[in-house]
Amino acid sequence: MRIRYWQEDLEKIDRKSLAEIQLKLLKQTITQALKTPFYSQRLKKAGISSPEDITALEDLHKIPFTTKDDLRDAYPFGLLAVELKDVVRIHTSSGTTGKPTVIYHTRNDIDNWANLVARCIVMTGCGREDVFQNMMSYGLFTGGLGLHYGAERVGMMVIPAGGGNTRRQLQLMTDFGTTVIHVTPSYLLHITDKLQEFGFKREELKLKKGFLGAEPYSESTRKKIEALLDIDVYNSYGLSEMNGPGVAFECVYKQGMHVWEDAYIMEVIDPYTGEVLPDGKEGELVFTTLQREATPLLRYRTRDLAVIYPQGCKCGRTHRKISRIKGRTDDMLIINGVNVFPSQIEEVLMANPDIGSNYQIYVEKDGYLDKLTVKVEIKPDVFHGDIKELEILKERIRGDLKASIVVNPIVELMEPGSLPPWEGKAKRVVDNRERL
Amino acid sequence: MAKHLAVFVENKPGKLEKITRTLLEANINIRAISIQDRGDFGVIKLLVDKPQSAEQALKSAGFVCALREIIAVEMEDKPGGLHKIAEIFSKNNINILDAYGFVIESSKIAVLCVEVEKVLGLDEILQKEGLKIISDYDLYGL
Repeated sequence: MRIRYWQEDLEKIDRKSLAEIQLKLLKQTITQALKTPFYSQRLKKAGISSPEDITALEDLHKIPFTTKDDLRDAYPFGLLAVELKDVVRIHTSSGTTGKPTVIYHTRNDIDNWANLVARCIVMTGCGREDVFQNMMSYGLFTGGLGLHYGAERVGMMVIPAGGGNTRRQLQLMTDFGTTVIHVTPSYLLHITDKLQEFGFKREELKLKKGFLGAEPYSESTRKKIEALLDIDVYNSYGLSEMNGPGVAFECVYKQGMHVWEDAYIMEVIDPYTGEVLPDGKEGELVFTTLQREATPLLRYRTRDLAVIYPQGCKCGRTHRKISRIKGRTDDMLIINGVNVFPSQIEEVLMANPDIGSNYQIYVEKDGYLDKLTVKVEIKPDVFHGDIKELEILKERIRGDLKASIVVNPIVELMEPGSLPPWEGKAKRVVDNRERL
Repeated sequence: MAKHLAVFVENKPGKLEKITRTLLEANINIRAISIQDRGDFGVIKLLVDKPQSAEQALKSAGFVCALREIIAVEMEDKPGGLHKIAEIFSKNNINILDAYGFVIESSKIAVLCVEVEKVLGLDEILQKEGLKIISDYDLYGL
């Protein structure tokens, strides 16, 4: 098999040189972090007041973990390490209570991110001759813009189709000879389903590869999609706190995702004790950014569960690989690729005086797509016998939810007392989806 | 003005039965019914002989309900009976939100119960047009 590289020397770097780069970049990151209100306090408390306090990579363990809650509390400026005039872009994502988090990017940050994504794309065997159709949402969500910049960097012809509108997606694929797509597994299955119905033929498509991410899926779903469409499917991993896509990607051998260790220090910890686990043990992924100027993050707990595979890959890259994401340490739902926390839904509902405090969230599959239903109880005194009032109430709840969680839910009004009373979160969320 | 009872219900089997049982136990006579369906929920409208007691009984049984004003108009039980009323409503630009009818005396008298948007002096308008509005006392005791 022909192996392509974007930065061959860095991708095949020996582990000793890699460690040297990591230490150098970690010191730079500490310098940046000390410029932020959040870390200057946090690091000084941990006995680190200058990059000189870090003399070996092991010193990383002196640094406390950073959590999503920290990012939320630091919103909007607590983790900003540069002047605002040096920021060229932000990405925000909603937090567990609806309070957002923000990641700032300087021009260098965007540049480095695009470079990492370019490595990922080329690692799958793609090159500038490819036509890349990006079916992920653009905007504050990092999936769209992240791959877009990387694909342009590689020199592919990029079709920024964004999400949805299946007929147009298929038309674009046919008209421009799309060879590579970036898409969630559920949406790709949906498109495959509609191919014939919309009058398109597989033979008319030049599709060769699919980058599938933003939601977890199993090896059997990969095999199924590969067989259905006769393409190669590559798994992708990223999170907005670590830029977005481009953290880890599969090479042509598709046996785990290489993490770019000259851009991130990767650890796996026991989510309960915080103890660092050896390679091969499943735990929570923790990342430290090494290349970021505007928002350096140290030992960020991702809440994603995975395993680090032992070193070595037939592709020649020395950067270690991780397994598929095996689960989450929290209750985050992924609805059609979008992260949704039940607590975000709860916050919207609790702010509405016309509905009671009991609610239920149902997630089901409608075809291959996810369907989110939120059941709420109306308060007796909001009913004056007018059905229109109820419809307006229902529409208002739907609109408020969509504004908060991005996903468009189905809202169902229930009689008071018909939903199970509050007994902790578990019963509030009913996820009836079969895992892909 | 006469009132009927509107009950909010989830759209699922057994709901009406629970309402009618509650009203039976409270010894309430149902004169007419209409159901508005909106998929996951609906509103059941009931014309009863004792609206206040019916409301109390249903509320005690845990239902969400409310009394709403209606206009009960007498009409002839013959071809064109409803048309005559519809014409008058149309002429006076009165919008109907909900309506149902029932017969009191076959081939002679029927009643149309309508919920309309609030119209100033509606009673007078309808009476001026020669329509017979049935009083709440008469309606409940029919």
